[in-house]
Amino acid sequence: MEEKLKRLNEDVRKALAEAHTMDELNEIRVRILGKKGELTQILRGMGGLSSEERPRIGQVANEVRNTIEGELTARTAGLKELLKEQKLREEGIDITLPGTPVPRGRKHPLTIVREEIQDIFLGLGFSIAEGPEIETDYYNFEALNLPKDHPARDMQDTFFISPETLLRTHTSPVQVRTMEKTAPELPVKIIVPGKVYRRDDDATHSPMFNQVEGLAVDRRITFSDLKGTLDLFARLMFGMKTKTRFRPSFFPFTEPSAEVDISCVICGGDGCRVCSHTGWLEILGSGMVHPRVLEVSGYNSEEVTGFAFGMGVERITMLKYGIDDMRLLFDNDLRFLQQF
Amino acid sequence: MRVSYKWLQEFVEIDIAPQELADRLTLAGVTVEGVTELGSGVSNVLTGRIESISPHPNADKLVVTSVNTGGVQRQIVTAATNVREGDVIPVAVEGARLASGLVIKKAKLRGVESRGMMCSGQELGIDPKTMVAEQANGIMILPPGTPLGKEAKEILGLDDHILELDLTPNRGDCLSMIGVAREVAALLGRPLRIPQPSFKELAESIEGQARVDIDATDLCGRFCARLIKNVRMGPSPLWMQQRLRNAGIRPISNIVDVTNYVMLELGQPMHAYDYNLLADGRIIVRRARDEEKMLSLDGCERSLTPDMLAITDSDGPVGIAGVMGGLTTEVTAKTTSVLLEAAFFNPISIRKTSKVLGLRSEASQRFEKGIDIGGAARATNRAAQLIAEMEAGDAVSGVIDVFPEPPQAKIVSFRPARAAYILGVEVPKEEAAEILTALQFKVRDSGADLLVTVPTHRVDVSLEVDLIEEIARMHGFDQVPGTLPFGQSTQGKQTREQSLIAGIRNRLAGDGLYELMTYSFTHPRVLDQMNLPGESPLRETVKLQNPLSEEHSVMRTMMLPGLLDALARNFSRRVQNGAVFELGRVFYPQGEGSLPEERQVLAAAAMGRTPAGWNAPAWELDFYYLKGVLENLFDYLRTEPVSFKPELENPSFHPGRSAWLEVAGARLGVLGELHPDVLEQFELPDRVVAFELDLDRLLAVSGRPPVYATLPRFPAVERDIAVLIKQGTPAVQVVDAIRSAGGDLLRSVSLFDVYRGGQVSQGYQSMAFSLRFYAEDRTLTDTEVAEITSAIAQALAQQFGAELRA
Repeated sequence: MEEKLKRLNEDVRKALAEAHTMDELNEIRVRILGKKGELTQILRGMGGLSSEERPRIGQVANEVRNTIEGELTARTAGLKELLKEQKLREEGIDITLPGTPVPRGRKHPLTIVREEIQDIFLGLGFSIAEGPEIETDYYNFEALNLPKDHPARDMQDTFFISPETLLRTHTSPVQVRTMEKTAPELPVKIIVPGKVYRRDDDATHSPMFNQVEGLAVDRRITFSDLKGTLDLFARLMFGMKTKTRFRPSFFPFTEPSAEVDISCVICGGDGCRVCSHTGWLEILGSGMVHPRVLEVSGYNSEEVTGFAFGMGVERITMLKYGIDDMRLLFDNDLRFLQQF
Repeated sequence: MRVSYKWLQEFVEIDIAPQELADRLTLAGVTVEGVTELGSGVSNVLTGRIESISPHPNADKLVVTSVNTGGVQRQIVTAATNVREGDVIPVAVEGARLASGLVIKKAKLRGVESRGMMCSGQELGIDPKTMVAEQANGIMILPPGTPLGKEAKEILGLDDHILELDLTPNRGDCLSMIGVAREVAALLGRPLRIPQPSFKELAESIEGQARVDIDATDLCGRFCARLIKNVRMGPSPLWMQQRLRNAGIRPISNIVDVTNYVMLELGQPMHAYDYNLLADGRIIVRRARDEEKMLSLDGCERSLTPDMLAITDSDGPVGIAGVMGGLTTEVTAKTTSVLLEAAFFNPISIRKTSKVLGLRSEASQRFEKGIDIGGAARATNRAAQLIAEMEAGDAVSGVIDVFPEPPQAKIVSFRPARAAYILGVEVPKEEAAEILTALQFKVRDSGADLLVTVPTHRVDVSLEVDLIEEIARMHGFDQVPGTLPFGQSTQGKQTREQSLIAGIRNRLAGDGLYELMTYSFTHPRVLDQMNLPGESPLRETVKLQNPLSEEHSVMRTMMLPGLLDALARNFSRRVQNGAVFELGRVFYPQGEGSLPEERQVLAAAAMGRTPAGWNAPAWELDFYYLKGVLENLFDYLRTEPVSFKPELENPSFHPGRSAWLEVAGARLGVLGELHPDVLEQFELPDRVVAFELDLDRLLAVSGRPPVYATLPRFPAVERDIAVLIKQGTPAVQVVDAIRSAGGDLLRSVSLFDVYRGGQVSQGYQSMAFSLRFYAEDRTLTDTEVAEITSAIAQALAQQFGAELRA
């Protein structure tokens, strides 16, 4: 009987070595250890042994069973691992094939840039205000120190709806509307994004375009604050190396007024075609809010001062992306819009 | 304004180069747009006199000339027809270079040697607009006494730089050489030299010979006149012609050139009348009568209105004040006496008149911006002096100066502390006083402050803040440090609507749509293209009074046409697939006296299909795509429930393929396939889908707070069922029926397949739903689920005659 057991152990070892699938291993388990398995059969024959032999053979039988079970388990684990590796090897895909097409879309470049400008000023404590695109002459001009027949009205060729209503030529009316609502509370810190309209149409002008206006009104707001704020804006918008230059200018609703140039984003100030070899690019108009504008809006201009600025989103977008014709921004060609 | 660098030096010493001067002026608020070097590249062009002209032996159109270029005789062959023997002309000798870059070499023309070329003004870089026609088209003829063999560039004043000013409208005072010189003097800290006219007058007096009356004193603040007799008409001297030309003005005759020269020098526009043609030697300045006619200098008959100011003599108008003179009293070669005018006209009136007549002249531009009312008499004297110097006439003694109400001197107090409050930087009182004095303000110290008298040429200055600006710009904006506002800190924030809108843009772009930006104004035709009936309220538009063209003449009442136009444009460029959206405003007129209503709108449109992949087919950008986009959007915005209802009556949409959207009992918008007629009108492909929603309403129903529910503790059971049902049964009704039959334990129903054809009999379709059940307190048994499922089947059978598929 002992012989039988040892032979069985040998047979199993051989069979395990030849098995290459889980099915084969299972078959071996059933054949040897199953209810009718060979080992079970042998052990049933134990009844016929003498009482002296029984414990000894019993011990041998247990050892053989443990050995077989151990080998079976080890072999199963080994094969499992082998099969897994084999499976992973076989399952390789061509990772260079393109991905499943998921529809793509984009925001308009003017939106992207406008939101970038907004984010900068939101971070500086400005809120966003809006106002009507069709305005009264009063808010668009008169309240901004541009009485009827003021020659500076020619700077902004206007679309009229009626003698007293017009398409706003700038976002500045929202300055007065907001101050009227806020006065006498302080401070006012807003930016005003929006569409504006002027009677111009060529490669550098569009009859509709987008501005972002800014206004800060408080006690002790100074021209120095205007410079610091816009200088910071320019660096955040165009890179920390950007320099600014403030040139005296004229807007009826600010005084002193300044045009703001930034060092050319293309050549860094050395001079190139984009900056007409001056090294500078004009991007903003700005100034200290004119005392008359503060007064009509309900503030005492002796105590309260403020600065205001306005920029064209198209101009900044064109500079940022190197777009050379403003009309592309309103042509809505998908091949253009896909690029931003 | 074109400012000659050399001429400027007559009034102020300048020791910096033209470009540096330009930069300094620009940074002080007198913007110099560009600096042009005149005669740039021109060299070796000499003055020469044509000694003889003889025929060319081999050519009819050429002549052979002998030209004396200062002791050197040159044979020059030319085709020019405007030259005569004795004419002095510019000659480009061998090796000369012209403005175009052309280099002149010795040449043989039809066998005859030619040592140089006679030049036109243009070849020397002179703007042809500033030359009389025969000179512009032919060789430039110089005055007879011109020295020979000299550089023509020098003789013609082309060895100069021109600063082109781009002035802001408040700085009319810089529309003159003196005005610019004043700025330069203040900037460089140099004295300003203003010429003091002195000349001999005739013994006879202007009294009794001429008379000026101002009727319309509101439109004419001052009128000065001087009488010049013994006028000898002719060309003005070359130096004057050069200066006029360099400033962009064409020389005409000595008298007219003097009036223009004085305007350039002093900023005071002038006019010369032929005194003998001026009826009674009288000038009456009055409003024109209605439909009064006048022939202007350019030969056109002008019809005047009472809004316009006329200069008249006893017979009628002889000029439109400040805009253009009349033909009847024009100075001509026959003129022997002239009356010179230097006046101050109301800027607004001049601006309106020149706009109405479409005439903008050098004079009107200056009057519009407001000239120095104090400078008129001096201008007449300066003109008389120049005329005397060039021996073109003699001034009669005296000036007529009608000046009904000389304005009071403007005195403004200047507080250095106030300047510091606004600028954020202290400018010492002494420096402020120096700056203002240099700009010709009169300054008196009154302790802490300054009392400042504004000179009459600075019409733009009347408030303290105007002075503060003067100080700031001359002190230098670059001297002001940058700081950030100090004070109560504020939280920068967007309103709820602004944040939601930003989210909508991101969401839609993420779902495959491109954002467009179309014009808010449109052509009224698009409403026809949209198939709108005549009585549609959307046809009531806000109209522009002065559109650029019919194409952009009314404000949009709907946004879709703009999107469809854009898709059509893309389609015509063979970009045939795509989905687009736009957020913007539409405009509805309100009653007289109120602003139109502006409503925010969200619209989208799509055509074609998605790109096919190697592993996934393309799918149509159809109704269900945009519906899915909207469902995603509503989910993202957490709106109140939105229902889609058949839109049967909308003329813009396919009646069987469109829906109107209802939310909280109100209409939110429309989604659908566009009507074939609309597609044809826009030249779009067969199928285009679109939606247009009232964004204000959408925002109002958005942002419901999330409600938390505990997660199920017991496993859910899923069952798929398929039902055969008549075609045309709205899916939403079937789902509702399943829901109500399913009771509380049925937690979700989703339709995952609709199938027609094959084994499904004609007129029927198979709809497959995935049902999900669970209870909060136990695991559901198969029996329980089977009971509910059969209740559902029964309900469907009852309501729709549907049967469950095996």
